[in-house]
Amino acid sequence: MSRVVVDPITRIEGHLKIETEVKDGQVVEAKSTGNLFRGIELILRNRDPRDAQIITQRICGVCPQSHGVAASLNLDNAFDIGGNIPSNGRIIRNLIQGAHVLQDHILHFYHLAALDYVDVTSVAKYEGDNPDLRSVKDFISRGELGPFVPRYEGDYRLPEKINQEATAHYLKAFEVRKIGHEMVSIFSGKIPHSVGIVPGGVTSTPTIDMITAFLWKLRILQEFTDNVYIPDVLGIASVYSDYCAVGTGCGNLLSYGAYDLEDNNPDQTIRQRLFKQGSTSMNLGYKPLDINLINEQVNHSWYDNETSGLHPSQGNTLINFGKKEAYSWLKSPRYSGEVHEVGPLARIAVTYASGDKRVCELVDWALGHLKAPTSALFSVMGRHLARALCAKLLAENLEKWLLELKIGEPCFIDYEMPDESRGFGITEGSRGALGHWIEIKNKRIANYQAIVPTTWNASPRDDSGRPGPIEQAIEGTKVKDKNNPFEIVRIVRSFDPCLACAIH
Amino acid sequence: MVKELPVVWLQAAACTGCSVSLLNTASPTIRNLLVDEVIPGTHINLRFHATVMAGSGEPVIKVIEDTSKKNKLGYVLIIEGAVPDDSEIMFGAIGERGNKPVSMAKRIEEMAQSSLAVLSVGTCASFGGISAAKPNPSGCQPVRTFLESKNIKKPLVNIPGCPPHPDWIVGTVATILLRGLPEADDLDDNLRLKSFYGKLIHENCPRRAYYDEGKFAKKFGDEGCLFELGCKGPITYSDCPTRRWNTHTNWVIGAGAPCNGCTQPEFPDAIAPFYEKLVDVEVGGM
Repeated sequence: MSRVVVDPITRIEGHLKIETEVKDGQVVEAKSTGNLFRGIELILRNRDPRDAQIITQRICGVCPQSHGVAASLNLDNAFDIGGNIPSNGRIIRNLIQGAHVLQDHILHFYHLAALDYVDVTSVAKYEGDNPDLRSVKDFISRGELGPFVPRYEGDYRLPEKINQEATAHYLKAFEVRKIGHEMVSIFSGKIPHSVGIVPGGVTSTPTIDMITAFLWKLRILQEFTDNVYIPDVLGIASVYSDYCAVGTGCGNLLSYGAYDLEDNNPDQTIRQRLFKQGSTSMNLGYKPLDINLINEQVNHSWYDNETSGLHPSQGNTLINFGKKEAYSWLKSPRYSGEVHEVGPLARIAVTYASGDKRVCELVDWALGHLKAPTSALFSVMGRHLARALCAKLLAENLEKWLLELKIGEPCFIDYEMPDESRGFGITEGSRGALGHWIEIKNKRIANYQAIVPTTWNASPRDDSGRPGPIEQAIEGTKVKDKNNPFEIVRIVRSFDPCLACAIH
Repeated sequence: MVKELPVVWLQAAACTGCSVSLLNTASPTIRNLLVDEVIPGTHINLRFHATVMAGSGEPVIKVIEDTSKKNKLGYVLIIEGAVPDDSEIMFGAIGERGNKPVSMAKRIEEMAQSSLAVLSVGTCASFGGISAAKPNPSGCQPVRTFLESKNIKKPLVNIPGCPPHPDWIVGTVATILLRGLPEADDLDDNLRLKSFYGKLIHENCPRRAYYDEGKFAKKFGDEGCLFELGCKGPITYSDCPTRRWNTHTNWVIGAGAPCNGCTQPEFPDAIAPFYEKLVDVEVGGM
């Protein structure tokens, strides 16, 4: 038996350690440790409830926009205006969140995940005239290779030409995702930490030039998604086809749904959304969402056991560091008592299970291309593929929504803040199901709780000792070379973890 | 011969928003920063940045430990995020040493000691920011206060903003490469470069005329100055109105939202509530 530790796991957001016990080349135990606590839930207490929208975005600088949306839905709900948001306000929220998530998926595949598969040093032999690659070649010839070396060595399987092409795409993707942020900025002022989404709708007012600029920036992301991103994911999945069966995980998937498609429905759990609310498992049967079935367990987390098992509307964050059996700052959220994975795979699988025509078409096409069964979705490559299909769906729908905006119509509805109230806001961040819960007393925040996508995915063992989704995905995996444990980091990164989010 | 300037970028109590903002740099591009001579004759040798670097685990921890030993006084240390307390509870750790986690505070102390200069990127590193907001659950300190408490004296520049504009980060590095470390005169009392943070937002705001004529927006979407909706432009130093964000696409007030004062040492506690009108503040021309 030997201990294999990866600390830090890089090319994710934040501070994550994975500790494993490997016996006869196979992981027998995996532990996921979140390494930074800030206490944003405690910081939110006693503040003006409206400030939650600004402060919760600072939970994460990679996915701030989704926190802005969750906080605003939460406050809409607490202020009892969830059914009154003007169409323009609803649509612009979708445009801001959708553009942000679209660029985030591109960023994840190229800048966070790709270097596990693509060998940048192959550009040393490049003889063509692509200026980006000439520039990388010069860089390599100077001999100082940070930040691309050191790295795990060994399992890079792409042919030289494909490696070089993929490196060019890695560089191109920096430009493309930047344009995605420009799209967000058009309606939301700036990003990271944007300002446009507020309870009641949005602050900005659409004009023709904003719509036109958004459209033509979007076209760049659409083209890149169709002609570069999706082909690259399919290409890497065929060369690393064994990863279509590695990292299966817990097999239960949960989605809160996102991108509101109808006005006047105050109930977020059944409101019509692009991605559907619900849960599913490996049989791809569909179950509707019941948010009363969520709780957070802390017996293996550095919080007081008295606070374990609470629904987030009653949740508490009480530090108890050094507690026996505990090994992480993450809590362990569970749904219906079971371990659930969240993320693009859950969004796609739940929407597929609900019978959505377009999603079924896309999933069947992609799996057909790989000649893989639906069970292949539950894998490292399945997660990358689902993420790319989420990007494709957003790229298609953003254009449709943009053209539904009505110039001159309102984007915001004023409201009276109640003295006392409760609320919740649920949506899908890039990385999965995101929920905020608030309790207001005397027009101040009495309690605020967030359960964030990576809280689910990177959670430690729960009160019954069941490992979290990433831990389960690693356990049982064969590790060929424990000095270069590619398998572990490839599994972890397929979840696109965000630790600042997860612990907050 | 190209000069290599080693840079180590550590993330402490942060959200990675500063790093993502840097990814939005337009000119130079990220490729220019990572692989090209960013100033003719000099290449920034980014040895450690957890979000972009290829390696993981022990080999990358060795990179920072080797840099502090082998490049004594020859590298720039960039800190993103405030420094969490490690006296009783380890609120933040980066990597292991002898199978034990090493606190962020310890890493920053070790790396700062042998560095040429320290840059605090973002409002958390510069002033504590959101990470140190009341009741400061993780005992976060700004980098400046932390280094003083350890008696480490290094040239230090703050680049606040939640997050900072990429031009402020790149511009500060370029200033150092072209002209050397800033003189006392180049910085304000908060160790910010005057070239980026020298003027109040209110001085250059395109809605200033509304303010002067007393036309105030009462709700979002209204024409007028956003002062009564909580705008902190009158007390916030930055060039946002003229620089604009995301390749000069837009900015906060351009989207009809009030400035939330994120470049200030007072952010967020002494500036919030964000959507309430400033009180007890003397505003020019009032």
